[in-house]
Amino acid sequence: MTSIGTGYDLSNSIFSPDGRNFQVEYAVKAVENGGTSIGIRCKDGVVLAVEKVIASKLWRPGANKRIATIDRHLGAVYSGMIPDGRHFVDRARDEARAWRDTWKSPIPTADLASRMGGYLQAYTLYSSVRPFGITAIVAGFDPSQPSPVDGEVGRGPSVGPGGVKEGLTHGGPGLYMIEPSGLYWGYYGAATGKGRQAAKAELEKLDLAGEGISLEQGVKEAARIIYVAHDDNKDKEFELEMSWISDVDGPTKGRHEEVPRAVREEAERLAKKALDDDDEEEGKKDDEKMEE
Amino acid sequence: MDHRPQAWGRPRDDVYGAYDASFMNPNGPNQATQSPIVTGTSVVAIKFSEGVVIAADNLASYGSLARFTDVKRLRTFADSTVIGFGGDVSDMQYLDRHLTSLAIDESYSAPSLDSDAGGPPKARLNAANLHKYLAKLLYARRSKFDPLWNHLLVAGLDDDDKPFLAAADLLGTTFSAPSLATGFGSMLAQPIMRRFAPDEEAAARLTREQAVDVVKQCMKVLFYRDARSLDSYSIAVVTKDGVDLKENEKLENQSWAFAERIRGYGTQTA
Repeated sequence: MTSIGTGYDLSNSIFSPDGRNFQVEYAVKAVENGGTSIGIRCKDGVVLAVEKVIASKLWRPGANKRIATIDRHLGAVYSGMIPDGRHFVDRARDEARAWRDTWKSPIPTADLASRMGGYLQAYTLYSSVRPFGITAIVAGFDPSQPSPVDGEVGRGPSVGPGGVKEGLTHGGPGLYMIEPSGLYWGYYGAATGKGRQAAKAELEKLDLAGEGISLEQGVKEAARIIYVAHDDNKDKEFELEMSWISDVDGPTKGRHEEVPRAVREEAERLAKKALDDDDEEEGKKDDEKMEE
Repeated sequence: MDHRPQAWGRPRDDVYGAYDASFMNPNGPNQATQSPIVTGTSVVAIKFSEGVVIAADNLASYGSLARFTDVKRLRTFADSTVIGFGGDVSDMQYLDRHLTSLAIDESYSAPSLDSDAGGPPKARLNAANLHKYLAKLLYARRSKFDPLWNHLLVAGLDDDDKPFLAAADLLGTTFSAPSLATGFGSMLAQPIMRRFAPDEEAAARLTREQAVDVVKQCMKVLFYRDARSLDSYSIAVVTKDGVDLKENEKLENQSWAFAERIRGYGTQTA
């Protein structure tokens, strides 16, 4: 960064002559030091996973959750400055509630991403504030069946005009990643934080855009990818935290929930096994090279 | 020409005479709900050994008009409690939304699935807690002279996973008994249910099938004798295993033979 020291990095809301906002770029640096977070958009649901670095042995295992529920059908995880993330979650919950108050129905994932993108972007405009030191991954499942409006008491006529059309499906899984600049895109697989490079490489190997993978498969892949992404950082201990959202006919009944312990432990077992197998293979290759 | 904002969009005084602007006067009493508009009739419920059975018909009346015939007045909350609403339907919708947002708030801090206790986390929004909350809410509203015009039955489990059944009305009055009914049901259904569950001990001996039968019998009597009722109804059984809710039940084996002996039914011959 040749422009450092030119004075343009001291304030938000001031462009450098080559069109950059340095405060936002420094916020991205804060994200790059945080524990890895990933999200996978599967055929029938979404998985969120985070590598929760154990900073103190005095933490109770399983406490201090990093993945937050925004609304029944929405969850979020973030890498970077955790207090900033907590505020992001508070705001997202307010937005989801305001949407329900106005429209009497749950907020679509895309609209929540848009609202939160707008919110983060506002923190790049003024010298009195600093940008958010987080990149957040927002996951949701918009119901595929016409969902009852909150407090609805009847379903209207069963036949004729105004009747419900059978066989129509809507919605589906949604996954969005929002950066400190307020930039957000929809993703098949999203990764951020310290291990994002390794995680992205693994995500690209999955066929998420084509045929897609099942939610159960997604949970296993998410666990494996967090373990792979942690591999370069082996000396530090971590805890794997995972949550998932399926359609109303799936395992979570359209809700954002923590992955049950048994499912998570099985996924972790497979992840560790996959890592060990990889190490063995590499070991063999090294041996072969030695022989040559 | 009168340019004051009060006169904007109003007929001209010089052409049409003085405009009656008294409704814009901010003084005077506030008017709160004086009576319910669209109403649901009775809700009946009875405890049995492992849980509670609760039922209400699917009718919302507009006065004596059977206006909406597809109105589900049993609501499930936190997958473990059913609330049956009698009285004003719009107030019921308000309460439904209110409780939905309460349940969402509660899910923010959902107890961890791998908590040390093992097994599924205990619902903090259980029936006993919901009933207490709703009774306080209803009382607060009546104290503002703006009551929520409902009579509710809350069916579920209490803190010790024992069957729980209690009522709360628009005044905030609470009542608990092995069997409960609101509206006309308190006169027509309650005596029938008391025959089967006169006290807690008797209710604890009832089986699920017996309790369902009693409630179905009550729904039939109510349809026979309550002019604001319907033969399609919802029935829910709440136990430790969750809520089994059926929303489109039909009354079976109706027999109107008894009506022939009553003056006023059908064509009058004498």
